[in-house]
Amino acid sequence: MSQLTSTPPGTRTSPLPGSVRAARRLPRWTTAAVFAGALAVVLLLGALTHLLLAVSVLLAAVLATVALYALSRAVEGRRAATDRLVTCAVVGAFGLAMLPLVSLVYEVVSRGIARLDSEFFSSSMVGIVGEGGGAYHAIFGTLIITGLTALISVPIGLLTAIYLVEYGTGRLKRAITFLVDVMTGIPSIVAGLFAYALFAIFFGPGVRLGIAGAVALSVLMIPVVVRSAEEVLKLVPNELREASYALGVPKWRTIVKVVLPTAVAGLGTGVTLAVARVIGETAPLLVTVGITNATNLNPFDGRMATLPVFAYYQLTQPGVPPQYAIDRAWTAALVLIAIVMALNLVARLISRFFAPTTGR
Amino acid sequence: MAKRIDISDLNIFYGNFRAVADVTVSIEPRSVTALIGPSGCGKSTFLRSINRMHEVLPGARVEGKVAMDGQDLYGPDVDPVDVRRQVGMVFQRPNPFPTMSIYDNVAAGIRLNARKMSKTDLDALVERSLQGANLWREVRDRLNRPASGLSGGQQQRLCIARAIAVEPDVLLMDEPASALDPISTLAIEDLMTELKERFTIVVVTHNMQQAARVSEQTGFFNLSAAGQPGRLIEFNSTEKIFSNPDEKATEDYISGRFG
Repeated sequence: MSQLTSTPPGTRTSPLPGSVRAARRLPRWTTAAVFAGALAVVLLLGALTHLLLAVSVLLAAVLATVALYALSRAVEGRRAATDRLVTCAVVGAFGLAMLPLVSLVYEVVSRGIARLDSEFFSSSMVGIVGEGGGAYHAIFGTLIITGLTALISVPIGLLTAIYLVEYGTGRLKRAITFLVDVMTGIPSIVAGLFAYALFAIFFGPGVRLGIAGAVALSVLMIPVVVRSAEEVLKLVPNELREASYALGVPKWRTIVKVVLPTAVAGLGTGVTLAVARVIGETAPLLVTVGITNATNLNPFDGRMATLPVFAYYQLTQPGVPPQYAIDRAWTAALVLIAIVMALNLVARLISRFFAPTTGR
Repeated sequence: MAKRIDISDLNIFYGNFRAVADVTVSIEPRSVTALIGPSGCGKSTFLRSINRMHEVLPGARVEGKVAMDGQDLYGPDVDPVDVRRQVGMVFQRPNPFPTMSIYDNVAAGIRLNARKMSKTDLDALVERSLQGANLWREVRDRLNRPASGLSGGQQQRLCIARAIAVEPDVLLMDEPASALDPISTLAIEDLMTELKERFTIVVVTHNMQQAARVSEQTGFFNLSAAGQPGRLIEFNSTEKIFSNPDEKATEDYISGRFG
């Protein structure tokens, strides 16, 4: 073994020769040095050949990985080199995955911050042609319609999940599971058209109602709630149900008092994530709810404004000069992201507070 | 309140598979009856058929007669929920309700059935049940802490307290000490000896010393081959089973010459 003989005696060699191989390691700063070197080389080349910055960085990463692998292979051996290669690949994949997210958040925040003022939250678009105006009507429209959607979807979804997990057997259960799967894949515009057609039967063509939007979003939200609730209910140990039955507790009471409380954290998280999933839907609301400049908080009476549709119209029909409307669209997108993030935070808190306590 | 159980020609099925065949046995009140036998021979299935927990599983059914003091538990007008109120059960793995405190776990039989009871009565019942399960001294100053914080042995005694709080006539125990250390096992065994003054106890165990220590009667289950139904080979007083059993198979199993 050339590696063994090349190590200074007494410092690295193991007391039992042959049993543990004294490995030669690259210094800890090697990785950083290799990447910095590759970046410097590529940037220098890039400056000469007018390469795009993103392409140069990507090229540097690939170059550094290859160089590090070769270096490690020569010094540390095959296993350590493979380890370094895979580490580079995993970190690289993570970086690539984070790239669009970070860039999206950066873009939305940097462009939306311009109109993130009190007027945006306190005024509607009545009488606004150019500057000013806000999304007060759209924010509340989104909250009301999403709230109604949750009001429709959560009971239906939860009860379906309870049926599937606790009662369902045989053909009916399989049929429901299949239909829920199909519903998960429905394109959102189809849900919108369905709700529009349904309400057009009763109110005639051209109907625009907040509740119609809530129905359309429910079509999208119910399967998500069913799926997540089903998974969570399946996680409740059967032993707890049996313990309850053995105390002479009827099945329905076991479900209400034992199964649901045990699963409440997961159920809350699932519902919140399902809400976050539908709150940004644009297409179904475009068809069923439309848009309005005035504040309409009654979902049973005419058009309402919602944040996604508001952003869509501000961007597609900005008026002259367009910059004011485009700014409002970005801010609306920023507010929508903030609402979704707040919902995710709520989901986290729910699972933190309601999780069955295990500590002593 | 302890009641006698008479079982005749009991056949227990999972779908089309007959798991237990032709069991006829009488279980005496105010005594501990142990059921021993190799794994998969139907001891637990038999035990679960006594409080109609067997039929909770899809496709599971029972043929034959199980009578408690003359009342047929499988009669057409008998509600399985009522049966389970009279025949309590303790499971192999401790299964306290994780969302409830120690107090609520013991009171679960009352609370979950929405029976009205004054706070003082409930307090007394919880204390009595925990004392009955030899757990009161260990938990009296942390009744409102979650039950999942107790040790395994304490959790199992909590489950016993929970089972006796509804004051059943019969207590079924499915390997109640098999997941516990020797000290907790001893505590459970002592508890069985105390509880048999008030309840009819049927216990499934793999530990033959345990069966010999705690029980008056012992039943030996066996199955002739894999895929065949389990049968009750011998039912006798514990003393006789462990010293001079009638059946060769029993002697082989007890002395370790199995198969």
